[in-house]
Amino acid sequence: MYNASDLRKGLKIQIDKDPYIIIDFQFSKPGKGQALYRCKLRNMISGVTMDRTYRSVDTFEPANLEQRKMQYLYNQENEFHFMDLEKYDQSMLTEEQVGDAKNYLVDNLEIDILLFEGKPIGITLPNFVDLAVTQADPWVKGDSVSGDSKPVTLETGYTLRVPPFIEEGTKITIDTRTGEYVTRVKE
Amino acid sequence: MLPGSKNNSPIEEQGRLSAKRSSLWLRARIIQSIRRFFIEQGYLEIETPHLIPAPAPEVHIDAMKAEDRFLHTSPELCMKRLLSAGYPKIFQICRCFRHGERGELHLPEFSLLEWYHAGIDYMELMDECEKLILFTAHDQGFGNTIEYLKKEIDLRTPWDRISVKEAFRRFASIDMEKVLGSGRFDEIMVKEIEPRLGIPKPTFLYDYPATLAALSRLKENEPGLAERFELYMGGLEMANAFSELTDVLEQKARFVRDLKQRKQLGKTVYPVPEKFLKSLPHMPPSAGIALGVDRLVMLFANKSRIDDVVSFTPEEL
Repeated sequence: MYNASDLRKGLKIQIDKDPYIIIDFQFSKPGKGQALYRCKLRNMISGVTMDRTYRSVDTFEPANLEQRKMQYLYNQENEFHFMDLEKYDQSMLTEEQVGDAKNYLVDNLEIDILLFEGKPIGITLPNFVDLAVTQADPWVKGDSVSGDSKPVTLETGYTLRVPPFIEEGTKITIDTRTGEYVTRVKE
Repeated sequence: MLPGSKNNSPIEEQGRLSAKRSSLWLRARIIQSIRRFFIEQGYLEIETPHLIPAPAPEVHIDAMKAEDRFLHTSPELCMKRLLSAGYPKIFQICRCFRHGERGELHLPEFSLLEWYHAGIDYMELMDECEKLILFTAHDQGFGNTIEYLKKEIDLRTPWDRISVKEAFRRFASIDMEKVLGSGRFDEIMVKEIEPRLGIPKPTFLYDYPATLAALSRLKENEPGLAERFELYMGGLEMANAFSELTDVLEQKARFVRDLKQRKQLGKTVYPVPEKFLKSLPHMPPSAGIALGVDRLVMLFANKSRIDDVVSFTPEEL
């Protein structure tokens, strides 16, 4: 159990049976008055945010969350399937829960799945993933119109801008936090 | 390491501390100006023990235990004993300790300027407060206006004086009498009133409801109100002050009530400060004030976080 004095940015607590993460936190104490703990919270399932002010007598349950290493298997009718690498059982996330991570999901990629009370609610990607370029326009030397980058499409369907020397079939490293090109993978 | 503490490399620490150089210089110079002001006004600078057996029994201020004593949360009780013993003008700049107070404007260990002046009341103390801060500003080469977080603070006197009741009427969604019954006084104060105070002129918020009198005297003609004020500058709470309560029976009754409330809240119940109560009948009518030195430095250094005006925060130790 947490006390109000444990509240801080990033803490995950359970409110009305849902997991919440504190995304903004402010401690106030007016004059000789009582301490007020002002929090902005985000529901980790629905994404909805809310403001709450707590007092020093309030207590909180930690959200029952765990991370499990899983492998991405396949996507069928907007359901993304994963396999637990220790227990060999399968989990499923909706396209909404996967969010932008779908841009980086290739077969057999190892990722962390966040579970709340045993049920999968979200995904944590590695910071860097390697993906193959499936479509790229050829680079014409001296072409000044396209400048120093060009668009390409990756095996996941994700499109981004890369340096002009990247060709079809090349593997490149993407930073999943920014969605940007990092480097060409040396085979 | 403490929870939340940062594991900085020596190079990061060097960078962090050298970024504070101008704030730390300003801090030292402000403290020198404060001393100069009080010495010129004929005040005696005193020091009282940080380790005390019985802190003032306030409901919402929690003292830290140290062996069989407490670290003081303010030097109030000892300074008033000096006042009672014939020291009419005294000041002190010291470290104070309050459990659980940590935020953008709070440190569990912070610097307080506290002064007492026999023979004046809270209204005259407001005048003295204006003089001190103007003196400090001019002494440090600031003009009559300073910029704080992109807002202009106009230090020219007279500063704004507004009663708590009027502040609720002007700024809050509910009036003062109603809010007292609802238990939301502090919440409304923080969310709706405080951010509006002290811009552009510093503001004295005065005449608190008697239930929030703490160690202040009630108004003679309006016993529902206490002669207490707080000073706000640029939305920052700077100081808390009273016409001091000298009625020993009334003071004892408040201590007992506050200690009872602490017990109900499951907080540490402090011993009653008996020696202070014994000295109280000898205390002359006086006014006293505690001003946050770190906050005053924040204001002049134009910093939004208390962390920026101290050398080390608890997390950096």
